Amino acid sequence: MQLLANVLIDGLAYGMVLFIIAVGLSVTLGLMRFVNLAHGAFAMIGGYAAALLTREAQWSFWVAVPAALALTAAIGALLEALVLRHLYRRSELEQVLFTIGLAFFLIALTNALAGPQVQLIVLPPLLAQPVDLGFRTLPAQRLLVIGAGLLVAAAAAWTVTRTRFGVWLRAAVDHPDTAATLGIPIRTVQCASFAAGAGLAGLGGVLGAELMPLEPYYALKYLVLVLVVVAVGGMGSLPGSLLAAVVLGTVETASKYLASEWGNLFFFLAMAVLLAWRPNGLLKR
Amino acid sequence: MSSKHRIAASLTSACLIACTSFGASAQAIKVGIVGPFSGPFAHYGTLFKNGAEAYIAAQGGKLAGKDVELIYRDTGGPNPGQTKTLVQELIVKDKVDYLGGFVFTPNAFAVAPLIQQSQTPTVIFNAATSSITDKSEFFVRTSYTLWQVTVPLAQWAAKNNIKKVVTAVTDYGPGIDAETAWKSEFTKQGGTVVESIRMPISTTDFSPFVQRIKASGAQAVYTFLPGGPPNLGFVKAYNENGLAKAGIQFLGTAETDEFDLQKFGDAALGLTTAFHYSAWHDSTANRKFIEALKKRDPNAIANYASVGAWDGMFVIHKMIEATGGQRDGLKAIAAARTLAWESPRGPVRIDPKTRHIVQNVYLRKVEKADGQLVNKELQSFGPQIDYGLDK
Repeated sequence: MQLLANVLIDGLAYGMVLFIIAVGLSVTLGLMRFVNLAHGAFAMIGGYAAALLTREAQWSFWVAVPAALALTAAIGALLEALVLRHLYRRSELEQVLFTIGLAFFLIALTNALAGPQVQLIVLPPLLAQPVDLGFRTLPAQRLLVIGAGLLVAAAAAWTVTRTRFGVWLRAAVDHPDTAATLGIPIRTVQCASFAAGAGLAGLGGVLGAELMPLEPYYALKYLVLVLVVVAVGGMGSLPGSLLAAVVLGTVETASKYLASEWGNLFFFLAMAVLLAWRPNGLLKR
Repeated sequence: MSSKHRIAASLTSACLIACTSFGASAQAIKVGIVGPFSGPFAHYGTLFKNGAEAYIAAQGGKLAGKDVELIYRDTGGPNPGQTKTLVQELIVKDKVDYLGGFVFTPNAFAVAPLIQQSQTPTVIFNAATSSITDKSEFFVRTSYTLWQVTVPLAQWAAKNNIKKVVTAVTDYGPGIDAETAWKSEFTKQGGTVVESIRMPISTTDFSPFVQRIKASGAQAVYTFLPGGPPNLGFVKAYNENGLAKAGIQFLGTAETDEFDLQKFGDAALGLTTAFHYSAWHDSTANRKFIEALKKRDPNAIANYASVGAWDGMFVIHKMIEATGGQRDGLKAIAAARTLAWESPRGPVRIDPKTRHIVQNVYLRKVEKADGQLVNKELQSFGPQIDYGLDK
């Protein structure tokens, strides 16, 4: 019983970290159909900004994180407006090549500016303490991640399906020319969506940093995990990504408790099985 | 100046440059330093570079009256094929007299046949698998091995009423080395290893493993993790899941090394390790070493890799002295086998048989001093040999 509860709790916490890192990519790759392999680099920018603001500038965590997200979104918007928008109509291969190149560039830049060592985000005492769940303890930071993950999933799903902006976004992606003739400001929609995707990546970088420490190679190191979550969840399906992240996180955690000598085998086995069962995403038939 | 004159002038100057540089290189002793200078392990390259250059600068820029030219070669990560090519070039094309460096065991293994054939003395600054020095008689090592630091720690634990221990190591070569060393010595001392956990190398979430350690009923956990993110992740999980409070003691080796130490924050306070070098070691030699490092680069870090390079250059220095700057690999190695000196880590000597460094291993605890985290040495276990080579 204790073991099962441990697996479920740790699996949920790990799954939420996966989701929060992947949700930004779910927006750019899933909703905008733009293959953004520099996603990890945006997460890294957000994380580094938060680390520098909390550690060097001594800002409060609660002020530094929104500032870091705004900064990441602004850098995302700038890159989109100057460079990336020219890639929307190019082939996927060209998008892959460009964004992976961008990721390498940002890795080298980070290495040169901040050095190769791991960056820590200073947590407020409230988040640094363990919380007693009755039968075991869990770091308070994980509870924040679980809460933030649910909140982001709900807010993003609501924006896409219920708001005028969501309608515009889907129209701009499916039929850009028709959408433009109908007077939808496509450029603004694209730029804002990309910036939102970058901002969410930054959030993932900040909140996921407890498990995936920030260092220059962050940008590529965890990319595979993120791509798996988005692929299993289904392109553009935020609830799908959430479910995929939690299922995969639980599988990975269970294998660590019960069969750690097999390494990551079960994580990727689960990915293969889920993709074979629902190739278009967990929640799409 | 007419064009003809200009050509003549530039030819003359070109010849002058070529001739002078040839003259200089004919005298200078060439040392090839092989290590990762780019990619995720680039900080090792920087540590080697700082340690080696600080040593030469501290000797007044010359070793045994000879100019020394350091030639750096970048292996990236663990990459035996490329390392072999680079070292072949260093030996054949650059005609180096000595080699130094090597972070990763497979890279060191790969060059053993080359240095054996060319009789090039090679000083290992880091790679810590016991059997490396067996592969060629031209290897000398100034770092440490996991057996060397683990055996005294296991003896200490057994003597201090720790009966049941769980081992948790990263599932790769050095991790398994560490696990074997601990198991063999600790059971010999009458202790019990209740569970041996091997954690996949790509692990990011350590809470499941830490929960298993908690449930195992052990009094202490002996652990080995590669530096950087895995190290930080494990220590964080150890604290966040309240293991210290549950009375499970942390026993490690290189985990609290000075490169990562400040990043842990207060989470590291009280961690117990056994290791051969602490930047906080109180001796004149260590103060000199740190001063020389800071003079070269104010941000330089004194840790096991930079001290490995510093002592490695000392060994090369003595080999140059013994051969009078002539190329004589056999004579140089014979001289290295009998060396004994005061290193920044304490008194050390080269074991004539294994060509591995014999050094004091210290029991340390992380404490706060001068506003920063340090490895405070609590006791010295005395000189330790490499126990791994007898197996």
